[in-house]
Amino acid sequence: MHITKLSVFTAALMLSASWVHAADLRIGLAEDPDILDPDQSRTFVGRIVYASLCDKLVEITPELEIIPALATAWEWSADGMTLTMNLRDDVTFHDGEPFNAQAVAANIDRSKNLPESRRKSQVKSITGTNVVDEYTIEIMLANPDATIMAQFADRAGMMLSPKATEEMGLDFGSAPVCAGPFSFTERVQQDRIVLSKFADYYRADEINFDSVTFLPIADDAVRLANLRAGDVHMIERLPATSVASVKADDSLLIEQAVSLGYQGLTINVNNSDRAKTPLGMDSKVRQALSLAIDREALNQVVFEGVFAAGNQPFPPTSPWYDASNPIPARDVAAAKALLAEAGAENIEIEVQVSTNPVAGQVVQVVQAMAAEAGIKINIVAKEFATLLKEQSAGAYEVSQIGWSGRVDPDGNIHQFMTCEGGINDSKYCNPAVDDLLNKARTSTDIATRKASYDSARTILVEDMPIIYLYHQTWIWALDDGVSGFTPYPDGMIRLHGVSAE
Amino acid sequence: MSVIDEIQADVLPPRRNRIWAKLRNNTAALFGALIVAFFVIIAVAAPILPIPGPAETDWGAVRKAPSTAHWMGTDELGRDLLSRMIWGAQASLLAGVVSVAIALSIGIPLGVLAGYCRGWTDAVISRVTEALLAAPFLILAIALAAFLGPSLRNAMIAIGLSAVPIFIRLARGQTMQVLTEDYVESAHAIGLSHRAIIGRYVLPNIVPPLLVQATLTIATAIIAEASLSFLGLGQQPPSPSWGSMLNTAKAFLEQAPWLAMWPGIAIFFVVLGFNLLGDGLRDALDPRNI
Amino acid sequence: MLSFIGRRLLIAIPTILLISIFVFFLQKLLPGDPVLALAGEDRNPEILEFLREKYRLNDPLYMQYFHWIGKALQGDLGMSLRTRQPVLELLGQKLPVTLQLATMALIIAVMIGIPAGIISAYHKGTWIDWLANIVALSGLSVPNFWLGIMMILLVSVKLGWLPASGYQPFFEDPLQSIRTMLMPAFVLGTGLAATLMRHTRSAMLGVLQSDYVRTARAKGLVERTVVIKHAMRNALIPIVTVVTLLFGELLAGAVLTEQIFTIPGFGKLVVDAVFNRDYAVVQGIVLCTAIAFILMNILADALYRVLNPRMNDQ
Repeated sequence: MHITKLSVFTAALMLSASWVHAADLRIGLAEDPDILDPDQSRTFVGRIVYASLCDKLVEITPELEIIPALATAWEWSADGMTLTMNLRDDVTFHDGEPFNAQAVAANIDRSKNLPESRRKSQVKSITGTNVVDEYTIEIMLANPDATIMAQFADRAGMMLSPKATEEMGLDFGSAPVCAGPFSFTERVQQDRIVLSKFADYYRADEINFDSVTFLPIADDAVRLANLRAGDVHMIERLPATSVASVKADDSLLIEQAVSLGYQGLTINVNNSDRAKTPLGMDSKVRQALSLAIDREALNQVVFEGVFAAGNQPFPPTSPWYDASNPIPARDVAAAKALLAEAGAENIEIEVQVSTNPVAGQVVQVVQAMAAEAGIKINIVAKEFATLLKEQSAGAYEVSQIGWSGRVDPDGNIHQFMTCEGGINDSKYCNPAVDDLLNKARTSTDIATRKASYDSARTILVEDMPIIYLYHQTWIWALDDGVSGFTPYPDGMIRLHGVSAE
Repeated sequence: MSVIDEIQADVLPPRRNRIWAKLRNNTAALFGALIVAFFVIIAVAAPILPIPGPAETDWGAVRKAPSTAHWMGTDELGRDLLSRMIWGAQASLLAGVVSVAIALSIGIPLGVLAGYCRGWTDAVISRVTEALLAAPFLILAIALAAFLGPSLRNAMIAIGLSAVPIFIRLARGQTMQVLTEDYVESAHAIGLSHRAIIGRYVLPNIVPPLLVQATLTIATAIIAEASLSFLGLGQQPPSPSWGSMLNTAKAFLEQAPWLAMWPGIAIFFVVLGFNLLGDGLRDALDPRNI
Repeated sequence: MLSFIGRRLLIAIPTILLISIFVFFLQKLLPGDPVLALAGEDRNPEILEFLREKYRLNDPLYMQYFHWIGKALQGDLGMSLRTRQPVLELLGQKLPVTLQLATMALIIAVMIGIPAGIISAYHKGTWIDWLANIVALSGLSVPNFWLGIMMILLVSVKLGWLPASGYQPFFEDPLQSIRTMLMPAFVLGTGLAATLMRHTRSAMLGVLQSDYVRTARAKGLVERTVVIKHAMRNALIPIVTVVTLLFGELLAGAVLTEQIFTIPGFGKLVVDAVFNRDYAVVQGIVLCTAIAFILMNILADALYRVLNPRMNDQ
């Protein structure tokens, strides 16, 4: 009797002790990541895995300030063309190799020179590196580049073990070796990615899990169902329309952060013959379309007010937002007047949209609103792959597309609005805007940059090659046993300080 | 009329009437026919019924539960569900019937050709049919729909083309069976042309099993359209079809379960109806029971 | 028998070749550029052109085809453009999953379908027959993705009996493995059960009215013996062949069910690959499942001949 009671009690005690720290954290992702190689990968969701797998040179705070991570301090030379970084001396990669300046040099070299590297355009301004000593490195630029620190806070700054990259080359992604809080254990495509706690992590005391399992669950309803059933501890990208019901559920928590990106309508102004429409040729018609849209109502109807209406590439909460160009209220009369001025009353335009139901709803709302101003919208749904191709090739009039956003404002605007921009599918080209945007990216002074962006905004509000509609809000739903989670506007899940019972 | 004919006429009613009588006695088949007729009627009558337009949005009435104003509730953009369900019946039924019509119009000629000509024609057609049958039906439909672009029309073409091999195989098998009959051999013997033999003997005799298969394939096609729409490849907004309504509804299963209920129930009944009808036809036309 | 199988295998070769050509060109006809589609957001033109060259996407189509089929004959099915994982490896990972799902679905279908078919054949024309028919047809008529979502809501969320998604390898944890697969197998199996029930019913009907059953009854044998010993044994012939064919269909057809329940099998993989324009994956999978299907057909025909010697005369 005695012994059994004691053993039962002990067992209960042990069980409860193990409940204080969940050994394995299970996270539901909205998609399956692609290749797990920071230099080759292209998906947003892959970055969520990297947040636990690969540490970067610098990190961001929720307020988007750049703070030290693998680099402890950095300094710009007077001419802004040399960046000197001091590195941590207590970091090892998952394979035991030491992290030092040579490793940083090797990483930057790979990002720049690996033929398959997707990071090339992000580190384009780097001409070379110079290892000063074991934990100091100089990075030389071809021209002053204000965006480099923000790039180092993302995939371009993720440090991979040089030994592993050399051994595995392009197949690094099958068994990545980095320096983050967790190391790679296994991956079954479309099923799970399992990472295990790295004992020698330099901030190991902030990590409260023995392992993290990422489970890609594409269907939103099923992802939430998994959370409710207790099969995962947290999920990302909860649909806006599920927020109310999750808030009403006592066993679940919600965390939100307005994203860095935007969703809008990209208009073909100069990309092939399809641009020869009243909309493509006359900025007044574009302004009219923008005025016909009630962005707040759109946010309300499709997203229950959870997202944020927008009219610029940065959300109104961003420090880069130009307050002198606020979100216009809907004005059908003014829209009709503009159309009359342009001689384009009762026009028909074709809007292409992906087959995603939410995107479809957004365009249907715009369609209904624009109809009242005399603009008839024909919706053409295309599979995403086809949509991108036709957008690139200019085979569209208006395309509903967005951008997930970058920490540095340049990342949200330069490649879309400059004449030679890499993703400028509207082929908008205005040398004045080019000058302002180039000026903004080379100065490290925030005031100067903001002034340049504001001046550019004044021109772009007139020309309007992109009609911005809204900014997505990243929404996470968590089991109420999870604590310590901080929402970041870049949508990443950082597990430092997070624990679950 | 000879004496024998007179006696036969008294004892056995004509074949067509016997089939009709069997069908009438089969309650399940009648039930199925009723269901199908109901949906066809409302689909055809959609434009003249006193319902609001299926694309009329109303920001103030988003996702409202069924009420006196909206008998089936409203959808995610405030549109009346009853109206969308009725118009959606058009799309879904069309998807079923047109797909099968496409499959029949390509499948029967090829199947009969293969069964009649044998030799190399048969070999080639059979190999191609086997190749198409080996690829999974839905994958084929998805790939074709992706190729053609997401729309109801393309979904119908995709499903129709994917169903062609089924009818080729059936038509071929039935043709070969008919050709072994004595009366066909006699027809050959008296010198009837190929066209006459096919027209007079083959086609009328292969119609029954093909009709059964067609009815059953309509059921499969309606589900296939729903599946394609579920993947975003079928009817595109704002035009309704039950499948695409289900696709948007799955995001609101908790907040507005009626959005998923109605299309799901409708698809279930229509498909059940066609299946019952097809089964009834099969039983009625079964030569063993005549 | 051997010559029969041999002949069928020989005939299968041009069919398989046709499939390979067909699936290859269907892929290529899909609009959308795989490199662009896979590029996601960082789609600057320089890297795209490099990748196109690297994967020979600029070569003329027939050259790409021969390159692919040549490698395939050597066992190299290429690699996923999305993750650089060899397609053969992907197939190896997914095969046990799909096999398990297919087997479980088939077991459920057999457990429901065959008894239902026998009962309804035996009680032909009565309300039992009618009821069994309706229930079976209901299984066929429900869109299985809808059924899947409803089941998840009810069984996983409301009742908490079974996990909502995911997959557990069978040999790691058999019980959990079966639990994760139970709902998707049920959803798939109910549809199959309907088809199986009707084939069983029709086979049993044919047999119950046949001469040897009448003889058995005339001999005065107990009804149960008649049914089980004579009728069933002979009805099993068409049923077995149907089951073999259904298995082949299942192998490839669980597309939507796998999406809903997030089962990492063939169906989900191939659908995602079609949308991502991941050519090598689609080609590899369709080719393999097609070959499996053809082999299943040959097996079914062989089984039929073994079980029913009368067929040999044709």
